[in-house]
Parts: sequence; structure tokens; C-alpha cells
Amino acid sequence: MANIISDETIDYVGILAKLELSPGEKEEAKKDMGRMLDYVDMLNELDTSGVEPMSHVFPVNNVFRDDVVTNGDDRDNITANAPQKKDGAFMVPKTFV
Amino acid sequence: MDLMSLTAVELGRKIKAKEVTVEEAVLAAFEQIESKESELNCYVTITKEAALSKAKEIQEKIDNGTLNGPLAGVPVAVKDNMCTTGVLTTCSSKILENFVPTFTAEAVLNLEKAGAVILGKTNMDEFAMGSTTETSHYGATKNPWNTKHVPGGSSGGSAAAVAANECSFALGSDTGGSIRQPSSYCGVTGMKPTYGTVSRYGLIAYGSSLDQIGPIAKDVTDCATILEAIASYDPKDSTSIKRDDYDFTSALVDDVKGMRIGIPKDYMIEGLSPEVKEAIMNAAHLLEQKGAVVEEFDLSLVQYAIPAYYVIACAEASSNLARFDGVKYGYRTPEYNELHEMYKRTRSEGFGPEVKRRIMLGSFVLSSGYYDAYYLKALRTKALIKQAFDKAFEKYDVILGPVAPTTAPEIGSSLSDPIKMYLGDIYTISVNLAGLPGISVPGGFDSNGLPIGVQMIGNCFEEKKIIRAAYAFEQSMNAAGKN
Repeated sequence: MANIISDETIDYVGILAKLELSPGEKEEAKKDMGRMLDYVDMLNELDTSGVEPMSHVFPVNNVFRDDVVTNGDDRDNITANAPQKKDGAFMVPKTFV
Repeated sequence: MDLMSLTAVELGRKIKAKEVTVEEAVLAAFEQIESKESELNCYVTITKEAALSKAKEIQEKIDNGTLNGPLAGVPVAVKDNMCTTGVLTTCSSKILENFVPTFTAEAVLNLEKAGAVILGKTNMDEFAMGSTTETSHYGATKNPWNTKHVPGGSSGGSAAAVAANECSFALGSDTGGSIRQPSSYCGVTGMKPTYGTVSRYGLIAYGSSLDQIGPIAKDVTDCATILEAIASYDPKDSTSIKRDDYDFTSALVDDVKGMRIGIPKDYMIEGLSPEVKEAIMNAAHLLEQKGAVVEEFDLSLVQYAIPAYYVIACAEASSNLARFDGVKYGYRTPEYNELHEMYKRTRSEGFGPEVKRRIMLGSFVLSSGYYDAYYLKALRTKALIKQAFDKAFEKYDVILGPVAPTTAPEIGSSLSDPIKMYLGDIYTISVNLAGLPGISVPGGFDSNGLPIGVQMIGNCFEEKKIIRAAYAFEQSMNAAGKN
């Protein structure tokens, strides 16, 4: 396999993806990602020089509206599903120590 | 009379004519659900009480004339990635095992306005990532034609529920084939509209530039009717498109005289089952008999759609699924000391293996140093694929081909080899990349008695052409007694 995924790479991807992998999962992930990238490398057969990357199929421009408030206080709905809340706010563990 | 074997439009007509009450229709649906569900597992959540009280409300509105559309009183199932106020919405994931939305998806609201009665939420691959409905946290759904086989995915619960008469019709979502492929495997009719036609507001995002909601139903007439009800311009979805014409049912005419239909030669690849190929050629023949002009042509770039899709879809997924962190909704890990540990454990415990695989690939292709080589390369490939379709639609009104290379595989035979599973998406995926509409129509059965779907693809905003071709084909199949 052409793409060898190192331990460092998979650890870095774990940080980006906010995922904690067990040693077994890590080995699996290295193999899976290597195989997937080998497959994706097929795209290099295509000459795409001068081709603009197409993020959207239709010409989409920014959608603007008048700057007026249309929503009211929706705090109860917004926090209705919070795993933990306090005084109408989401509660999380201490972020500054 | 078996109410659940009627099409949605037929049932709606009987309700309107007062031959059947809404309550009778809804009770018939639950009777079928109760007899089939333990075997098939089409639903994650069933909302019988709410449906029965809704039935009364709808009946009153029909009686006093405020509701008179074709879907008034008709029982519907909704894929579990569309938010529904007060009803559990899990995306078939553990991470949303307790999520009860406080708002409803626009497409579902449109159905409610049309008077359809929601029976429950259907099973799917976790976060719509899969082709078999086996990655659901709530157990696999079985194919009603043969319970040893998968129903397809990711809208497998919706397609199986329609096939098993556990609803009159269903909503699905299609990011890379997730409406069309399970419709094909379950012998029902499913349609992915042009990107932007149905609002994505309230649809839990997987690949935002590819996701589109559409109908899964018993026939082409139902699909056109349902699409007419759910399609709308919605300022809440910034990619929603204001279309000139939403009159999809006017295309339900049995006439394809002079219609130009192209079959991509490069669809006839190794791996395409001879029986599926035969069904496609039979469809071509039937349409030709009705006056369509059918020819083969080279579409080009067919095999590049899969790698381009997986890069783009995974990149978007890695970003979209960042919101599941145990703070605002859903599952939170019970044990943690600090914030980052909470995020990581919540996500690692809450997501299944296929979702993690795609988030990691997506994070990788977007990361500094790889972004150009993978992500931008995929977007450039997408531009080329779009050009290839543009060229094809200069010559043809409709592209005809398979939905999937084979009929439904056996349960347990797909997940061990992800790349092999991804290859099964070869005929559906490019349609999403190019934003096109596509429909899967039943086209007969293989020697094991499993359904084969035929796909018709149209140019952007040309749903009517594929509806017309699909309707004419369906009429021919019915006349031949083949469906």
C-alpha cells in the first residue's frame, strides 16, 4: 500500500476529529485510512490543471436579508436538550484552571 | 379491502370521498406495523398515540373543507434524520439517543400542512453513512422481500416500510444514493430532486452540498405528488432555490415519443450483474417501443465519482458532526475531568465505527498540507463530472442506467470491506455531485426474487422529464404484468 499512515498522523487526526481511539481502533484506522487514500489517489490520473474547484453546482451568492431581528428569546427551547444546564445556560466542566 | 396496499394517492382519494376515515387508515397502518415490525425493524420510534389524535384533527379539517389535497389523511413515515418537534430524532446514533427536537424540519412541516399523518421515525445507517442500514445503533432493518438480505441504505427503514406496507409512503434523504438505492433493493419508487428543491432546514446534515430530501413511495404518481407537497423555497436554507414551477404531477403522462434517452456505455462495467443489465436493456426496449430514441454514449469519468465523493462527503461530515460534543444536546459521557476529555469521550462513545472512519478521513483531507492534494482535487474532479453531465444533457433528455450493480446483498456481507461497499454507489453518487434529479423505478426481479431498480437521471430542474419517462416505463411494466 502506497499510503502509510504513521502513529503521529493518526494521533494528529484524532486531535482534529476530537476522537479518542483505543490502541486496537488506532491500528484499524491506520489501515482503513491508508487504503482509502490509495483509492482516492486514483484522482491523480486526471489532469485538473486550470479547473476551478467547484464547491457548489449552482452559482450561489451570499443570501442577504434586512438587518432586523426576527427571532425572539428562545432560550428554553435552545437549552431544552442540554445534558447539563444552569441558570438558563449550558453547563460544561471548568475551562480555565 | 387492504388499505395499506393502496398507493398514497389512491388512499387519499378514498379518504376524500369519505369511503375511508383517516382513523381507519392510520389504524390499518399500525396493524401492519404491529404484525411486521418484530421481523423487519423499519422504525426507530413509533408515535401511535400522537398519530391517532392527529387523525381526528385531520378528519375534521377534511370534513369542514379546509384540507382537500391528495395526501390529506394519508399515513407517512419519516427518516430519523429529520427533526420533529416533541418526537425523538436519533439519526440512528447513540449520540442522539435522547434528542427531542424543539422544531420541525421544513419538508416535514410541508407534509403536515398537506394533512399527512406521521406514524413514526424510520431506521437508517448512522448519520446516513452507509449503504445497508446495518450501521444503525438500533439494529439492522431487514429487506421485506427476503429477510436474510439488507434493505439498502441509508434510508433503508423508509424503503422497507413502504415495501412492507408499514406506511403509505415515506420521506428519505439522499447524499450519495440513500433514497434511490434502498428503493431499488426494496422494489419501491424513490426520487432525489434537484439540489435545493426541498429545504434542508431541520435535516441533520451529513454532506451539506450533497444532501437532499425526497419521497419513497409505491409508484411514480405518488412520488410526483409527494414532491409537489414537500418542495418549497425556504429562506431558512441558504441553498434553497426558488423554482419557476412546482407542478410535477403535470408530467404524469404516458408519452415518451421523441424523447432522447442515453445509456452510458461506461456504466456497463465489470461487477454489473447480468440480470441488472438485462433489466436496464428491457427498460430501454420498452421506452423505445413507445417512441423514445435510445442510444448508448460515453459519459466518461464514471469511476472517479466515488473517490471524489468520499473526499467531499467526509470533509463536510467532519465539519458538520463537530457539533456533537456533549454540550448542547444528545449523549454526554458520564466520566470526565476537563472539557477536552469530555468532548473526546462523548464523541468516541457516541459515534459508531463507520461514522468515526468518515470523520477521520474528512479531518485528514481538510488538514493543512493535504487540503490541496485531496479536498481541492476532489472539488476539481467534481467540476469535470458536472461538465460531463452538461455535455450529455445537450444530447439527451434522460440518462438511463442501473441504480446499483447488484440486487440487495445478504446481511453481514458488506461492512467488512468498506471500499467494496463504496463501489456499490457508482451509479448514484455522481448525481449528487452534479446536483441532478434521479429516480429509481422497479424494473423486475432477479432469479432469487429480489427487486431490481432502474435509474433515470435528468438535468438540473428537469424532474418533469424523468417523471414522464419513469411513468411511461411503469405503465409498460404494469401492462406486461412484470411489477
